[in-house]
Amino acid sequence: MAAEFLPPRILPSGDAAITVEFSRRIDDDANRRVLALDRLIAAEPIAGITETVPTYRSLLVHYDPLQIDFDSLVPRLIALAARPMTDASASRHWRIPVAYGGEHGIDLYDVARTLSLTPDALIARHTAPVYRVAMIGFTPGWSYLSGLDATLELSRRQEPRLHTPPGTISIGGVQTGIQCIAGPSGWHLLGQTPVRTYQLHRDPVFLLEPGDTLNLYAIDAKTFAEMDRAAERGDIIAELAAS
Amino acid sequence: MSRFVVTNVGPATSVQDAGRFGAQRYGLTPSGAIDRLALATANALAGNPPFTAAIELGPFGATFTAQDGPIRIAVAGASRSIKIDDRVLPLNQSATLMPGERLTLGAAREGVFSYLAIEGGIQGEAAFGSLSVNARAGLGAPVPRPLQSGDHLHVRAATERSEHALPPLAPSPDPIRVVLGPQDDEFGDAVKAFLDGTWTISPTSDRMGYRLQGPVIRHQHGHNIVSDGTVNGSIQVPGNGQPIVLMPDRGTSGGYPKIATVIGADFGRFAQIPPGRPFRFQAVSVAEARRAAIAFAALLRDLPARMVDVAHFEFNVVALQNANVAGSAVNAVDARTWQSETQQDQQP
Repeated sequence: MAAEFLPPRILPSGDAAITVEFSRRIDDDANRRVLALDRLIAAEPIAGITETVPTYRSLLVHYDPLQIDFDSLVPRLIALAARPMTDASASRHWRIPVAYGGEHGIDLYDVARTLSLTPDALIARHTAPVYRVAMIGFTPGWSYLSGLDATLELSRRQEPRLHTPPGTISIGGVQTGIQCIAGPSGWHLLGQTPVRTYQLHRDPVFLLEPGDTLNLYAIDAKTFAEMDRAAERGDIIAELAAS
Repeated sequence: MSRFVVTNVGPATSVQDAGRFGAQRYGLTPSGAIDRLALATANALAGNPPFTAAIELGPFGATFTAQDGPIRIAVAGASRSIKIDDRVLPLNQSATLMPGERLTLGAAREGVFSYLAIEGGIQGEAAFGSLSVNARAGLGAPVPRPLQSGDHLHVRAATERSEHALPPLAPSPDPIRVVLGPQDDEFGDAVKAFLDGTWTISPTSDRMGYRLQGPVIRHQHGHNIVSDGTVNGSIQVPGNGQPIVLMPDRGTSGGYPKIATVIGADFGRFAQIPPGRPFRFQAVSVAEARRAAIAFAALLRDLPARMVDVAHFEFNVVALQNANVAGSAVNAVDARTWQSETQQDQQP
């Protein structure tokens, strides 16, 4: 446990943000400490902090340099980071449907072959874990999940694709993720969820919070089409489970 | 109400204000004006609060027409020829278009982006407190995409306010100031190469990122780090060793090591460097960057006080226009090659 209280590295990101780095690697303990510090800042706001962005291994703290200076902010962040970690009491558990393979996941068969698995075995291993939303970033609602089965680790594609579909469920390195809007990606596309993690005129606009946990479950293409129509109308689709 | 009709417009022209902040934790790109000083200048002249939504004009020319009522406008930022029908209007001076009058803007001659502010702002439904266009996320008002010929913007009719001017600031030749980090320790001696190098901005740059051309910056431990958060001005270095400076349409996280960050006070000045023009970086401390931020905030705050009422001012329009023309010209061919996708370097 002692390692948990090693002070984070404090790295300036220009004159209006500080990266509080707990690890250089993808590290579950580091991510828990990131989310714990994020919750502490939300619970005990510091004047001048404008927003925080949790990532796998660091918390990016944006601040207004006209309101607070780096030298005043740093010791306060270090003090908060040294507090004993509390687990997220408010974190939620979701069940998220995924149509694997075919037009919904064009890399499923290639990935299965590369890993010497049947497509069904690949799906079984991808739906087995309880994932945690380690961070949301890159584009709106792009949710990076920790907890990928280590046997599914695979380098990213040599040539990233410029356009990948909304709702794509993909793997890249030790990571898996839920992409919300269409965009470029170098990850391997396994499937597609009808769930919109970001939808502008829906309440909530953003479905998932960093720290939420979730399970993926397989659905067929017909179910996907039905759910997709409902999601387009603003249904959340994802089920919130009592955890 | 009046209508401001987009008669003719090139790419990279969109409605922008201060941007939308507070949801970067959900991956929401901030967007917003790339040169805040120029936005605030145009707005001050038009009689608006500093970060009122205005039209951010890319390096190309554009034409607009006033309809239904009078419209007060002002243009600041990159210099370009400005005409209302056949009358010449200087940069940094407000004017009122009468219904039917046409505003013709030339290509950028010095700098890249200009801001066309309209008195009373632009009507539209804000999302997350901003009208800024972010086409990928489907955000922006009145249209969630760059402006196109034929668009109509609803604006307030011009008030009786008098016209105002501001003397344009001389472009600074100083290096672009950066704070090293957050991952400068990934680069070892290459930090010196980065600071000693002479750089140019590649024509294949856009509002997501400006690609730099200069010495190859080598990583000590490879170019893949675990994605972490980005800010406006983050200088990330992909595998080819040619840095990319992240701009307001950036992804909120990125997986390349970041050698340094352009300071807030110099970000707009950096964004206005035309492709191909050499420049350098200079490392400063966080404390020095903060002093620059405070000075920059004062500069923004004092804009309205520095304005002069055109009616009470002997304004030599021709001399001012000649002074603008004398600036080193960005040729239109370069300007036209400027816009292209950097998306291949942007991935999760």
